[in-house]
Amino acid sequence: MIHESNLLSLLILLPLLGAAIIGFAPRHDGWTRWTALVFTLLVFAVSLPLWFLFDTSSHEMQFVTRLSWIPAFNINYAVGVDGISVLLVLLTTLITPLCVLCSWKAIDTRVKEYMMAILIMEAAIIGVFVALDLFLFFVFWEAELIPMFLIIGVWGGQRRVYAALKFFLYTMAGSLPMLVAILALYFTGGGTFDIQQLAQGSYSAAFQFWVFWAFFLAFAIKVPMFPFHTWLPDAHVEAPTAGSVMLASVMLKLGTYGFLRFSLPITPDASHAFAPVILILSLIAIIWGSYMALVQTDLKKLVAYSSVGHMGFVTLGIFVFNTEGIEGAILQMVNHGITTGALFLCVGMIYERTHSRLISDCGGLRMTVPIYVTLLAIFSFASFGLPGTNSFVGEFLVLVGSFKSSLLAGAIALGGVVLTVAYMLWMLQRVVWGESTRKEEVVVTDLNGREIATLLPLLVLVFWIGFNPEPFLARMRASVEHLVSEVSPVRGVNNIEGLNEAVPPSLPVRRLQHAAVANTAAVNRTPADACRAPPCQISNRDRKQTL
Amino acid sequence: MNFVISDLLPVLPEVFVLAMACVILIADLLIRQDGRLVTYLLVQLTLLGCSLIIVGTHGNGVVYAFHNMFVDDSMSDVLKLLTCLALSMMLAYSRLYLTVRELFTGEFMVLVLFAMIGMMVMISANNFLTLYLGLELLSLSLYTIVALQRDSSIAIEAAMKYFVLGSLASCLLLYGMSMLYGATGTLELGAVSQAIQSGTADKNILVFGLVFVVSGLAFKLGAVPFHMWVPDVYQGAPTAVTMLIGSAPKLAAFAFVARILVEGLQPLVQHWSGMLIILAIASMALGNITAIVQTNLKRMFAYSTIAHMGFMLLGLLSGGIVGYGASMFYAVVYVLMSLGSFGMIILLSRMGFEADTLDDFKGLSRRSPWLAFLMLLLMFSMAGVPPTVGFTAKFSVLNAAVQAGHVWLAVVAVLFSLIGAFYYLRIVKLMYFDTPESHAPITIGQDTALLISVNGLAVLLLGLLPETLMSVCAVAVRQSLLLH
Repeated sequence: MIHESNLLSLLILLPLLGAAIIGFAPRHDGWTRWTALVFTLLVFAVSLPLWFLFDTSSHEMQFVTRLSWIPAFNINYAVGVDGISVLLVLLTTLITPLCVLCSWKAIDTRVKEYMMAILIMEAAIIGVFVALDLFLFFVFWEAELIPMFLIIGVWGGQRRVYAALKFFLYTMAGSLPMLVAILALYFTGGGTFDIQQLAQGSYSAAFQFWVFWAFFLAFAIKVPMFPFHTWLPDAHVEAPTAGSVMLASVMLKLGTYGFLRFSLPITPDASHAFAPVILILSLIAIIWGSYMALVQTDLKKLVAYSSVGHMGFVTLGIFVFNTEGIEGAILQMVNHGITTGALFLCVGMIYERTHSRLISDCGGLRMTVPIYVTLLAIFSFASFGLPGTNSFVGEFLVLVGSFKSSLLAGAIALGGVVLTVAYMLWMLQRVVWGESTRKEEVVVTDLNGREIATLLPLLVLVFWIGFNPEPFLARMRASVEHLVSEVSPVRGVNNIEGLNEAVPPSLPVRRLQHAAVANTAAVNRTPADACRAPPCQISNRDRKQTL
Repeated sequence: MNFVISDLLPVLPEVFVLAMACVILIADLLIRQDGRLVTYLLVQLTLLGCSLIIVGTHGNGVVYAFHNMFVDDSMSDVLKLLTCLALSMMLAYSRLYLTVRELFTGEFMVLVLFAMIGMMVMISANNFLTLYLGLELLSLSLYTIVALQRDSSIAIEAAMKYFVLGSLASCLLLYGMSMLYGATGTLELGAVSQAIQSGTADKNILVFGLVFVVSGLAFKLGAVPFHMWVPDVYQGAPTAVTMLIGSAPKLAAFAFVARILVEGLQPLVQHWSGMLIILAIASMALGNITAIVQTNLKRMFAYSTIAHMGFMLLGLLSGGIVGYGASMFYAVVYVLMSLGSFGMIILLSRMGFEADTLDDFKGLSRRSPWLAFLMLLLMFSMAGVPPTVGFTAKFSVLNAAVQAGHVWLAVVAVLFSLIGAFYYLRIVKLMYFDTPESHAPITIGQDTALLISVNGLAVLLLGLLPETLMSVCAVAVRQSLLLH
């Protein structure tokens, strides 16, 4: 039997092994597809113990492996998961086999390289989620770009080269300042790249200011937050279906995951100080993304812009700094992975039939493809958060969290929800009942078994999370509470004042003492919260400082 | 001056190569043109023998010979060993290329060996005179090698430019050295350092001399604003010669700069580090930005070399074991990547056709997936994308810069690497996204196929496991540069 602590390393190595086997085997498309499917399913199977053996009562890292890698710089190969990352790892291992399945027919050139790219990408993304060493994190963070670059550029649509280059350079522009920030952290934090140790340290206000913005740039581009989102529609539209699914379901989460893993614990004071900026950007993203989705005539672009809006909800939930907000944000990350992934799959399936992504070309499908239309409708409902579906729970939690923090923010976000309903229903109306403008007659066949099998797991999850979110929330709860207590601004007052001085007065920044008051109030508002996050947790830092 | 027999041991590698060069020069006269392979094998044997001697005489600590003119320490051993390796790889890559172009002659190979002696003397020099001697031996050999293709007017033009500008640089260097000699009264690096430290030397003359020395060094490195010769020479010379210029001499150049600035002029560090900052930033900026608009691959690599030299200088000016170690690591990694990239151009250009424009790489992934994959690794490594070794090298240099407090320099360096990433990516784009212009099958020999595979995969493997090479560099630097 495999030892528990090697599980995560196995998750990284298995896809690489699969890619190597495919790479060295002779070129045979059918065989390649099956091998890729077997390996991705194997990875999923190996990841299942993470779900069952995960200790929900602890916020500590679990399944930890730690090996010395480059001792000269004190760099370790350290991997582990906690409540924040475990669901995202599972999401990745679930989505990848579906990506292989949905490319079964759609990709018929250079299948070998394509499957290798998918497998390598899976390994790199899992690596990002489980890395406990900043250097290791950065290596995976960058490495995952290469296969995605190739997937968009080689197997993409007409403007694929433009989209691929834009995607790569945009993301790299964000990650290089982060590299400098990582180095600065390394020296300030006492010569370690260990994420947990770095999160324990306390840093001067000016230092937090710079590190926060350097990290922000990298993560905001990845999420993508307004106004850094312009690469996303291009990349999504040009990428093949599996690329879009991978991008939307998993890769966008790397950014929000980064906020949770690095920005909040390592630079809590700066996070608080600049939370208003991020909240405003998130709200703009929600409204702007939904608004842009409303006017799209291209199905894929519509879903892409809806991603911008949905990810706005996630960043909103993160930067209200309360348990509901962050739990909602994490759940919403998973939900967005499920529903948007499913919607991209649906768009891809219809594109394979009509060879057009224009909504008007795909009109009037209700008579010919009932199964397809049913599934599309369910996933659209899930996307705008119909009660009973997964997104409802996530969006509800985020809204509760933001109302606690600011009435105005909550109200604006609620407006965004309405817009989401509007564009999703309108899209659905046109596709299902609308008039088709297709010139040539195309016989649109309904979904086959493989395609139904691709969508079925996502369908199950939509309702599972929708009706019984507790197993998911339970896994993240301890970690989220720990994070909330960690990020509470109860550090030395000097530090806070220092930050207020370090920040130019022109920036729309909430002065920190207010934030402190507002936040403790928010945490203690309901009895349930009070017992979830007792004050003794908050004072951990105080205790450490007095000691 | 007395001659002591024990002085011979530290210079044994140089003596061996010199003797072999003379033997090969004569032996080659007796070999007919179609038997040139024998000469080639002799040269490879010489390189192997030299490596064995270096390994065999390693481990005696720092040994001075010839009245402190010459030093044998671990930095020199490591760099010489890598020089042997780089030259051996370069010869292996270019054997067929040179044969086709009728350049595969005894003169070429003997000149390579003389250049190698020059490099080894530079690496081991402990005196301004020895440094200069090594540099001139290397430079003169290289000028000649560039001009070896007599019927190519571009090559002759390149050789001429190289010669004129190189001579100018030598003059600057020599002039600066004479200033330093005038101020300190000694030519020995350690003694120069002590004389400056004692405060007896005239500061004005020292700094005046330093300016000329740094200018001369920048010329030889090809750092902006002394870079003008690099693109023309890289483009004009036959690719095999470009590969020679772009690989092993960079190791010697690192040793040269480190010996003069760190060993000899350490007390003036505040002066020269400021100069290096300007050189480094200007090189990274101009190199990376200008490379974008190039259509000739060799010219593009020339500008990329300029940018990489800027990065190497960044490590040097950051100082300390970390900085010098990072700089040396960077130089070694750069040589590895450079060999691979030029090797790829050589492999693709056969039979009277040079694959040195960007368009020649179009659709390579369809013509040869494996070569395209190796080139992809090399290009991502040049751009500094993990998990390749190029990233580790850039990382260690940035690490040194941040540790030395030059955070803004690190930011600038990072910014220009991003710009640099674009033109490396463009090659990947051409190879993978575009359709090939010619469908001529690529035929490469088994030996070069193996070599390029090892070279390309080394870029990946060293990126995953950089510890050994990194600590070798750190140990070498610690013993050599900071003992004094």
